[in-house]
Amino acid sequence: MFTRREALRIATAAGVSFLWPGLSARAAERRGPERAKSLITLWMAGGPSQMDSWDPHPESGNAGGITALRTSAPGIEIAQHYPQMAEQMRHLSVIRSLVSKEGDHERGTYYLLTGYRPDPTVQHPSVGAILTEEQPAPGVEIPQHIVLATGEGFVVPRGGYLGDRYDAFRVSNPGDNLQNMEQRVPAARQARRLESLDVLSRSFAAGRKRQVEGTMHGHVIDEALAMMKSPQLRAFDLKTEPAELRAAYGENGFGRGCLIARKLVEEGVRSIQVVLHGFDTHADNFDGQKTQAGILDPAFATLVNDLKQRDLFDSTIVLCIGEFGRTPWINPLGGRDHWPSGFSCVVGGGGLRSGVLIGRTNPDIRDDDAGKLAKIPADPIEVPDLYATILRQMGVDGSKEIITPIGRPLALCQGKPIDRLLPG
Amino acid sequence: MTVKKFTFPLLVVAGVFLVTSLAVRSPVAAVPRREGPALASPGADISPVVESVDRELGRAWAAHRLEPAEAADDLTILRRLSLALHGTIPSLEEIRRFEADSSPDRLAIRVSEMLDDTRFSDYFAERLARTFVSVDTGQFLIFRRDRFVEWLSESLRKRVAYDRLVREMIAAEGVWTGQPEVNFLTQAYANDEFDYNKLAARTARAFLGQRIDCAQCHDHPFAEWKQSQFEELAACYGQVRLSPLGLNDSKDREFKVLDGDGTTEKVVSPGVPFSSEWMAVEGGRRTRLAEWVTHPENERFARATVNRLWALMFGKPYAAGRPVDDLPNPGDPATADDLRLLDLLARDFRDHGYDLRRTIRVIAASRAFRMSSVHPQAESDRLNDLEQHWAVFPLIRLRPEQVIGAMVQSSAIRTIDQNSHLFSRAIRFFRERDFVNEFGDPGDAELQERPSTIPQALLSMNGQFAEELAKPSPFNSSGRLGQVETTPERLLDDAFLICLTRHPNAEERAVLLPELQKGDSPSEESIQDLFWVLFNCSEFCWNH
Repeated sequence: MFTRREALRIATAAGVSFLWPGLSARAAERRGPERAKSLITLWMAGGPSQMDSWDPHPESGNAGGITALRTSAPGIEIAQHYPQMAEQMRHLSVIRSLVSKEGDHERGTYYLLTGYRPDPTVQHPSVGAILTEEQPAPGVEIPQHIVLATGEGFVVPRGGYLGDRYDAFRVSNPGDNLQNMEQRVPAARQARRLESLDVLSRSFAAGRKRQVEGTMHGHVIDEALAMMKSPQLRAFDLKTEPAELRAAYGENGFGRGCLIARKLVEEGVRSIQVVLHGFDTHADNFDGQKTQAGILDPAFATLVNDLKQRDLFDSTIVLCIGEFGRTPWINPLGGRDHWPSGFSCVVGGGGLRSGVLIGRTNPDIRDDDAGKLAKIPADPIEVPDLYATILRQMGVDGSKEIITPIGRPLALCQGKPIDRLLPG
Repeated sequence: MTVKKFTFPLLVVAGVFLVTSLAVRSPVAAVPRREGPALASPGADISPVVESVDRELGRAWAAHRLEPAEAADDLTILRRLSLALHGTIPSLEEIRRFEADSSPDRLAIRVSEMLDDTRFSDYFAERLARTFVSVDTGQFLIFRRDRFVEWLSESLRKRVAYDRLVREMIAAEGVWTGQPEVNFLTQAYANDEFDYNKLAARTARAFLGQRIDCAQCHDHPFAEWKQSQFEELAACYGQVRLSPLGLNDSKDREFKVLDGDGTTEKVVSPGVPFSSEWMAVEGGRRTRLAEWVTHPENERFARATVNRLWALMFGKPYAAGRPVDDLPNPGDPATADDLRLLDLLARDFRDHGYDLRRTIRVIAASRAFRMSSVHPQAESDRLNDLEQHWAVFPLIRLRPEQVIGAMVQSSAIRTIDQNSHLFSRAIRFFRERDFVNEFGDPGDAELQERPSTIPQALLSMNGQFAEELAKPSPFNSSGRLGQVETTPERLLDDAFLICLTRHPNAEERAVLLPELQKGDSPSEESIQDLFWVLFNCSEFCWNH
């Protein structure tokens, strides 16, 4: 008799075999661990509930019907809403003890995107911006720092003091035609428009040449035109992907975004963030988190599998995280509220160790527990340490100091890498 | 039967129209447009101080061996004024009226008219709001930015003196919807508590032009601010709390901080970092703080405000190379010479009742504001010096709402203001949000120099909004010009005036006329292309 795990594995393999498209014959395409690394962040906006996902406690009174699934990673169990992820867990690691002091959406998001708490004196760059700035990808004509989201809004990783040009390039409605990428008139007319634009640029630059160069306007127009013509835009086109693969990721904004993320990695884009909204379940937590899992599970699992199949996983770090977690206890509306003292993330790929489990939370904390110490999980991990780990693994020295615009030297990341996640 | 079938959809349409109208209605009754000369010599009362400003500029130029740029032409200055004071560009209607006015002080007249226009109070309310409450969304229901901006706008319209405005904010009490100035404080409410440090830091930055935030955690490395001084300033706000009656000070609340090693709490009394004799003797903590901040002898208050007004007019602050809210100490020997002009303006501002409009008029009448951005030495290595000492007008990128304001205004021939047709205002209302989202909001760092970005270029080259505005229709200027103007030459001239506030030069005419001259009358496509080019050139989205 097959064990459940074996059955899952065979089913997945069978599923994958017909999903595996012929890889294009791009000879220059590099694979394997020697490739320059990329980072994909799956951003769970609103604060995902750890008890309903990566840190289930079925024995607790607060579990609310959540049961745990054994996964392909020994010793790691996740909530029953994530069967496909259970299969992929052996490639990934879980941290259950992230701690932050920011329980507000905006501030928490800032902290989790940059590794620094909000500070009125300086705009910190997001980790994605740091990677793009420290490791520019030559030959990539499309933006190297991209964020994909749908409808409800962007959570935009910014360039901060590194500059606006490192802000993530925003793509709304992934899978639809890229907004503002296509010229609106036929080529001949566009050529005439651009010629006329030249004349006006010349008039403006007369007597102001250096100042006008400082505006970068002409340069930026040229870059935008290059991007509009670049074949690398194929990364945003899903029509060339097989229908079964698209179905495996999920025919929704997030699923499509994850598939595009994989394609962007293939083009050499350095940092990609895909946003999924809907985790802020102050009411009706169980249904809410279950609905989210229905979107996240297939997309995340297919992404990991897809990267593996294409030999891209060793050069792509995948991180699944939100601005905080949710309370262990249930509130009167059947919901969970914000909880930054012991929340989870899943991280793996790019050569990071897999199957590692860090931290343990107490699910039976009551709302009225006196003292702050009761809330802190075992083996707490500060958020900057997670990013120091990622930066180190991607070959960036997080302790490098930049002089910020106000003259104050600031390290790119104030954390220390987590040795347990690093190879060797 | 057919009538009944359409009743419900018609009701829905009517309902949507009603809701939209309510959203874009102006809070102020329609103001009749002034015809004819508005004021007799509106510049007379400020000419002595303008002369002092110009003298001071001349002294700095001579000291650094700089020749100032020549005067810009009046239309260029008119455009700068519209952008600075209204966040948009002059309409064709306004340009024609201006060109027809032959009085020698027509610019001064125009400035006064612009300052009377409610577009000024609305636009400046938003600009100043960024200083007071930044761009964060704050805690839901506790912070009402919209009410705060409305209150600022109304105060500006009623010409409330600036020092009084600031005192009202610092000492505000009540519910943030009924007393909108309270939002200055509720903006600092997060994670279910007040961030007193944030309020202290903001007070220092916005009202004193000093960044003492570093001193939150340790003694400032290169200025004299000590951590204890920061804590005392925060303690002035330390009694603020929310109650069912709104926000007020709770007299028995103490402000506590953690001691050095983070274990023991100690009580900190309210205090100010210097000149505590300026604090009022009586009243609550915040009232006393408010008196201290706006004390006539507090040079920093006037200096900080004037530096910011200069920044709002030019696009960057007077004190070069520094953030707008981080000025050197008054009397600091290293910078006293460079900042003499700033102190001159600050004294004038204070001596005349902290009248924002007056200082704006003085700046607008100065040689620095009226000079060209073209300079014969701009190619040399002297460019930095020229810019730093205001011997050439700086190129500054327009803010997103200025770009959209300019585009929307360019699509109309008449001035779009609160008298405008509902339709025009509705377009602006809806599009502005989407556009600002795509164009990128610079947030707090708005007055720092920033170059163009690729998403902006993509937006203006390929974006739907620009295309809509450029495509001729009965409602917009590209359509109307096509119908109204008799010759391609006149059409071209009008298009340039509408978009760039100038007439085309010979080379531009030579290149752009041929397409318009094909056929009996200019084709829709050629007009649309013309407007596309005008929207996308750097001249359109950079102030010059």
